[in-house]
Amino acid sequence: MNTIEVIKNWIDKESEVLDLGCGDGEIISILSKEWGSRVLGVEINQDDINKCIQSGLNVIHQNIDEGLGNFSDNSFDVVIMSQTIQVLREPKKALQEVTRIGNESIVTIPNFGYWTTRINLLLSGKMPVTGTLPNTWHDTDNIHLCTIKDFENLCSECGINIREKCFFNKFGKESVLAKVVPNLFATTAMYKISK
Amino acid sequence: MSDSIGKVKAQKVTLKGKFELECGQSFNDIELVYETYGVLNADATNAILICHALSGNHHAAGKYENEEKPGWWDSLIGPGKAVDTNKFFVVCPNNIGGCHGSLGPNSINHDTGDYYGPDFPIITVRDWVNSQAKLSDLLGIEKWHAVMGGSLGGMQALEWSYLYPKRIKKAGIIAAAPKLSAQNIAFNEVARQAILNDPDFEGGRYLDKSKYPKQGLKLARMVGHITYLSEEAMRSKFGRELKKEKLNFGYDAEFEIESYLRYQGDVFSESFDANTYLLMTKILDYFDPASNFEGKLVSAFESIEAQLLVVSFSTDWRFAPERSKEIVNALIEAKKNVSYLEIDSPHGHDSFLFANEDYVKGLSAFLEN
Repeated sequence: MNTIEVIKNWIDKESEVLDLGCGDGEIISILSKEWGSRVLGVEINQDDINKCIQSGLNVIHQNIDEGLGNFSDNSFDVVIMSQTIQVLREPKKALQEVTRIGNESIVTIPNFGYWTTRINLLLSGKMPVTGTLPNTWHDTDNIHLCTIKDFENLCSECGINIREKCFFNKFGKESVLAKVVPNLFATTAMYKISK
Repeated sequence: MSDSIGKVKAQKVTLKGKFELECGQSFNDIELVYETYGVLNADATNAILICHALSGNHHAAGKYENEEKPGWWDSLIGPGKAVDTNKFFVVCPNNIGGCHGSLGPNSINHDTGDYYGPDFPIITVRDWVNSQAKLSDLLGIEKWHAVMGGSLGGMQALEWSYLYPKRIKKAGIIAAAPKLSAQNIAFNEVARQAILNDPDFEGGRYLDKSKYPKQGLKLARMVGHITYLSEEAMRSKFGRELKKEKLNFGYDAEFEIESYLRYQGDVFSESFDANTYLLMTKILDYFDPASNFEGKLVSAFESIEAQLLVVSFSTDWRFAPERSKEIVNALIEAKKNVSYLEIDSPHGHDSFLFANEDYVKGLSAFLEN
């Protein structure tokens, strides 16, 4: 299964979904079109926002780093934060906010512990540039990268429960290796979490 | 390809019958002038209503015969533009209380045979929207594809969305606020005092006495104009540039900005009515949809069915992005279909009049999705 298929497995059809850092609306447009879910995206990139509006999606132009106080407690069934937490200034605060706003949340992270990243750093002595992390250290939006272990530690530190998890290989699919030794063989990890 | 709509002409219509106002007074038969652009389709589903702001009127796009200056929103309305007249039938009326052809303070009161002047009742945004709904009936438009406007025009679009939820598919609320702040009202009050204290105002009966409070209206416009521009725009356009090479040690217009404001005030005072200006500022001050719902904007928005787009501009300090976000956040809480765009633009409140690329793209995506 790929990420969207897993998300569909993890949430109910009737769920109201908030997607923080929704990009061009890839995930919410599928949920909205295939399921008729009530969805709302939050995005900072103007082109992406216009793409969302073009697709008829509701989207709010907002910088997550400046706070999410405009969303009240448990106001959405599901909050999705996909490949976004690593670009935020305060990932810990964002994680707490995500679980405050959503009854359930789905967070996806790029895994810095992936084996090619490790070898890349070990052999070249330079910050890794890979398929999932294509930019150089000074030119990347990814200012808070972490490994699967790091993320799970942060969750337990924040008193956040991990309900489900799923690991994907570089093709965006689940695989045996990624499942058995995720911190080494998964490029991406997806969690269903709640307070 | 974006192009001009070309030559346009105003039309006139009479809304027959008794028209009750929020203040308790009423009119019999209301004359409204309006313009239309584009063609209404067979099932009347492509109509867009444009609501004008404080100093606006029905001339939103195109040019009149023998005039060089296009309508106030010509940058956005026309073939291939944000509001594409190849696709949409666009209607823009001059609101009641205006001074460009619709029933207003400078119309003759048929009961007395005199100008209404200061006796013209205080109109509200709700009255306007009700009159626009009557105009829709006459034009055969049961449901607007969109109602939109900037500033006070955005407030009308918002009012439409909860007052006539079944008659509007989309609402474009641009550079607006859910109500005026103390600072906003303060600026309006300075403008009003300038007009009211002009000796030629004559208690509002200047037309009867063949006078005109030009200085007061000019001053009012100068104050208003400052609030439409950003500090940044003023600095880059005028800075401290002098009209002459050196200081003159006097009170003539020495800095370019002084001369600009005086010129703008002069032009405006020659084409606008002082009583209308007073009325428009009052309409702004009174707008407060939450006031009927114990101050809860969320409750005011309960009936909304339309898809809404709220747009703000980074350097607008008259109705800053924070004010637009008040609308957006209440709509989110009320679980309405809302999108929000904050456009980076240097032009202050006036930004809504400029064809900024992101703004145009966002608007057309919204109108055409």
